[in-house]
Amino acid sequence: MTASGQALRRTALYEEHARLGARLVPYAGFEMPVQYAGILQEHDAVRRRAGLFDLSHMGQFELTGERVAEWADTLTINAVATMKPLQARYNIFCNERGGAHDDTIFYRLEGRWMLVVNASNADKMWAHLNAHAPAQGVRLENRHGARALIAIQGPKSVAMLQPHVGVNLAAMKYYFCVEDRVDGVPAIVARTGYTGEDGFELFVDNDRAPGIWKALLRDHAGEGLEPCGLGARDVLRLEAGMPLFGHELTEDITPVQAGQTWALKMSKPQFLGREALAAQLASGDFSRIAGLIMDGRAPAREGYAVWFQGRAAGEIRSGSRAPSVGNKNVATALLAPEAATIGTALEVEIRGAMHPATVVPLPFYKRPQ
Amino acid sequence: MAQPENLLYSKEHEWVKIDGDTATIGITEHAQNSLGDIVYVELPKVGAKIDQFGTAGVIESVKAVSDLFTPISGEVLEINGALADDPAAVNKEPYDGGWLFKLRVSNPAETAKLLGAADYEKFAAE
Repeated sequence: MTASGQALRRTALYEEHARLGARLVPYAGFEMPVQYAGILQEHDAVRRRAGLFDLSHMGQFELTGERVAEWADTLTINAVATMKPLQARYNIFCNERGGAHDDTIFYRLEGRWMLVVNASNADKMWAHLNAHAPAQGVRLENRHGARALIAIQGPKSVAMLQPHVGVNLAAMKYYFCVEDRVDGVPAIVARTGYTGEDGFELFVDNDRAPGIWKALLRDHAGEGLEPCGLGARDVLRLEAGMPLFGHELTEDITPVQAGQTWALKMSKPQFLGREALAAQLASGDFSRIAGLIMDGRAPAREGYAVWFQGRAAGEIRSGSRAPSVGNKNVATALLAPEAATIGTALEVEIRGAMHPATVVPLPFYKRPQ
Repeated sequence: MAQPENLLYSKEHEWVKIDGDTATIGITEHAQNSLGDIVYVELPKVGAKIDQFGTAGVIESVKAVSDLFTPISGEVLEINGALADDPAAVNKEPYDGGWLFKLRVSNPAETAKLLGAADYEKFAAE
């Protein structure tokens, strides 16, 4: 039971996690694996070979109707209507103040759209979509918890997944998807992920998910495929400079502040939050997310104060040991503009002591091309 | 797993080995396993006097920051400096190379408040 008295939900892969000895923790209302063999070992598997993740806790909605794209464009900062068939695209829903309501991926399928949202925001987003849906031309279906999501991520994911699918994976473009089969089971196969590596996400019915999970591990454990938990996923995404809702993006941190301006299409005439974001861009005077590398060995953690020239300049939003960044401690911080320039020397306050850090460009890690 | 018999244990999952008036302190196998990959250890200053069950430092895994407590009162004689370069030794050898600090014991009677191996094992399994 959670503190709120709600029973935790389990994904279709719960029995597999238990069998594999995963450490399970409550996350967004689900009992989820935070680690199996260990976060550092799992991180290493994804960077060097491949890792298998259960992401079935994430929110999945299906959108149908002739007005979906035009309507979605009024609620999001990136372009929906210009997506090609079978394309996937990162997008952010904002509130009126320009703060992030959620960050998401749209998938344009044959005759319908799929929207994947953060697990912690799934209920909020379902309400948001319904509150804004037009009377006609958009139908919404909530698949949260009803369909499993398995990700295989890492440089060997093409080679490992190929024997299980019909589509030629090597020919698939990054951020595209296809409706195919995995081991004979109907699946949406998308070349997307949240680790900074090449990889795929597989959407399959709950009752067929354990079979696919077991087959992938059985066939590819010998090549180094390992089950990976949410702990490794968080380190991987932080190294890759990908924002996590609740940390780098919140209802009070806009996509502009979070450095996600690349996804902001001001050419769209109107969308929720547009005016606030336009004003913020015009002023240029806003605290912003920056990357930090700690000089020393003490890790920076969420909430720690950051100081610049003796003045409080912001706070840490995420922090971790980063094996792919020379094993240094990296962090993101929300910083006053004068403290956020690349190369700036800062101090992070850790248990009352000041620890030097330097502002560096994001991402911390880019995969070898 | 069976706990070493020659040690005493706290309910905060530290072990202590008493040798004359010197106590060597570390965390248990159970503790290192629950913490996961340890990436940073902050230990008390040599010469500091710390009280039984009081804060002695911090142990950080990839995900979490945990307070370290001392199972017995005393003055810090030595800290395990090798852990600065290799904090993972606490994971690999919690009862040997992963020891944390040594104290000059100020009140040996405090051992009455600690657990023996069998009792600790029962406690940790709960």
